[in-house]
Amino acid sequence: MIQIIVFAPLLAALVGGLGNRMLGNLLVKSLTTGALFLSAALSWPIFLAFVAGTAEPSVTPVFQWVRSGALSFDWVLSVDALTAVMLVVITTVSALVHIYSWGYMEEDPDQPRFFAYLSLFTFAMLMLVTADNLVQMFFGWEGVGLASYLLIGFWFRKPSANAAAIKAFVVNRVGDLGFMLGIFGTFLVFGTTSIPEILAAAPSMAGSTIGFLGGRFDTMTVLCVLLFIGAMGKSAQLGLHTWLPDAMEGPTPVSALIHAATMVTAGVFMVCRLSPMFETSPAALSFVTFIGAATCFFAATVGTTQWDIKRVIAYSTCSQLGYMFIAAGVGAYGAAMFHLFTHAFFKALLFLGAGSVIHAMHHEQDMRFYGALRKEIPLTFWAMLAGTLAITGVGIAGAFGFAGFYSKDAIIEAAFVRGTELSQFASLIGIFAALLTSFYSWRLLFLTFWGKPRWAGSEHIQHAVHHEHEDPSEEAAHGEHVSNPVGTAGYHPHESPWSMLVPLGLLSLGAVFAGFVWHGTFVEPEAGEAFWRGAVAFDEPLMHAMHKAPLAIRWAPFAVMLAGLGIAYGAYIRNPGWPKAFTDQFGVLYRFVFHKWYFDELYHAIFVRPAFWIGRQFWKLGDIGIIDRFGPNGLAWAVQQGSRGAVRLQSGYLYSYALVMLVGLVGAVSWAIAR
Amino acid sequence: MIGVEHYVVVSSILFVLGVLGIFLNRKNVIVILMAIELILLAVNLNLVAFSAFLGDLTGQIFAMFVLTVAAGEAAIGLAILVIYFRGRGTIAVDDVNRMRG
Repeated sequence: MIQIIVFAPLLAALVGGLGNRMLGNLLVKSLTTGALFLSAALSWPIFLAFVAGTAEPSVTPVFQWVRSGALSFDWVLSVDALTAVMLVVITTVSALVHIYSWGYMEEDPDQPRFFAYLSLFTFAMLMLVTADNLVQMFFGWEGVGLASYLLIGFWFRKPSANAAAIKAFVVNRVGDLGFMLGIFGTFLVFGTTSIPEILAAAPSMAGSTIGFLGGRFDTMTVLCVLLFIGAMGKSAQLGLHTWLPDAMEGPTPVSALIHAATMVTAGVFMVCRLSPMFETSPAALSFVTFIGAATCFFAATVGTTQWDIKRVIAYSTCSQLGYMFIAAGVGAYGAAMFHLFTHAFFKALLFLGAGSVIHAMHHEQDMRFYGALRKEIPLTFWAMLAGTLAITGVGIAGAFGFAGFYSKDAIIEAAFVRGTELSQFASLIGIFAALLTSFYSWRLLFLTFWGKPRWAGSEHIQHAVHHEHEDPSEEAAHGEHVSNPVGTAGYHPHESPWSMLVPLGLLSLGAVFAGFVWHGTFVEPEAGEAFWRGAVAFDEPLMHAMHKAPLAIRWAPFAVMLAGLGIAYGAYIRNPGWPKAFTDQFGVLYRFVFHKWYFDELYHAIFVRPAFWIGRQFWKLGDIGIIDRFGPNGLAWAVQQGSRGAVRLQSGYLYSYALVMLVGLVGAVSWAIAR
Repeated sequence: MIGVEHYVVVSSILFVLGVLGIFLNRKNVIVILMAIELILLAVNLNLVAFSAFLGDLTGQIFAMFVLTVAAGEAAIGLAILVIYFRGRGTIAVDDVNRMRG
């Protein structure tokens, strides 16, 4: 069964990708979507069996991979509770994104390629989560990186998409270096890459030291930090986050699947998978908490200022990933996985909803040109509303809450009751980020669905209107609208087709109920222990203590959620002058945040420009100056000079030939005699 | 007494004259043909001198062959020259560089 779950997407990707135009759009789309629905249908029973406590962790060998001295690892599909969670997340979101893409990519000329990439991605992600050794995990890790690269650059005629794809790949490479060093180091220390063996041996290694970069450090800290650097790259944590917002150049379904629900959570998954190992190094856990909190705060602030609807959600993703790492850092791995689980639903929902809005608004992504879409695309609106309620964590403790309510509150409480200074600080950061989350989420919703239509200012809308009505009277009306960007420009947004609305509906269900239904399973002390059964280092006392968190901490997320809603309501519906007044007042701060804390500029100055400079030096001096000059060009020059001499020798005069012959003869004879 | 050395010296002088005749001559292809004859005769002289000196007739017979071949060669050479002159209108050595390709 697990074999079908993992390999059906691969088969679909291979057949669809290689068959491509030969098979035609419809066949490839049906094949890949069918394969994914099959996987999803088979994954849910596994997950539900783990929830019910009837399933046992299993390891299914596929075939032998490497046997070389002490180094040996195989292709296997290992399933435990942690993998089961990932299985449903991946296959469900992927299947829904496949079906969504039927509508969203309707007019794209390259649909088979798109669907094949999506399925390939799903396969790689499934390989990652079913790995029982670090090398297979790394295979999946790189596989999803490749699929991400291909899909970000799917519209390869757009230079910005290519740049974003390369950026994603290169930034991830930095993280992967850490991950690889971590794997090497783990093998060096433990003599194996098998995860269960490593986790079993990890506690005995605590306290030993290892030589690294010329110093001696705690072994487990070095290994965990190195592995975590890999997770930082994949999960877009502060420092290595710059690729994620740019990855929004890809088609929106890709953003929903890869850059919100699944691939970017691979880092969280990895930390949870290796949680017993991280538990042996408090320093590494502190590092994880710190980075998580920093990312959570940073991304949330940037999210409040962006205008591009997808970028807002991208920074929101980054911020939510920060929450997950806070949870992992304070040892609440159940909470981290829980947030991963609920986040997958509501963030995929938000992205697909944003895709539906973009679809309706004729590829306009700037929220400044939205407004008043509530009545025009009501179904999309309700779905986005469900997603927003879920991400902002609306809910009443003890009664009912949307998905994010349970998971985010669990993280904030767990961080607080952990009790160290850093974890309590992270908890406060989490509360503040929840305020920002609420603010930017409602801001997005208000700008998009409330207010007056501001569509007229958009070039895309102008273009669409232009296209549909060619008569000159409309053209005249246009000129008027350009000067006054408030207005509809005669454009009528259209609700998306059913293929896009059905996934929105299903994900809405997940966003509304996932937290309520499963919070016991993931984070409640007894149920959690029974569910995880050692798949992650489940800290039962911590989960117990969570319930005894101070009331202030337990209600703070709710309060800041309301505050964020209030501020957003005030600033974007009641008094639209507020944002401008604020940005005028705090211009420096606003510009700093709006430019994403100048990370891109900083990296450009300290990495990109020197790299270009070094590259240019190598090219001009090394390549052209030395290798070309003395290599190919030098040889060519020698041949040319030689032949020029030879040409001069060939005078055509008999006597000069005879002279040469004589000289040669004399030479040969004298040599023969002298010898 | 005229010894074999004298013959060798004479034939060497003739040989060198022939060789120089080929190289230094810039005027006339016929001179080259004559120079070649001179070289062949120098060789013949050598052959005959050593044949007489060693009492071995082989050298003299060989000299007869060389004379025959030289006669044939001269005939063919002159014939080529005639054809060449018809075609190019000159037999000056400096103009004969068609081997240059």
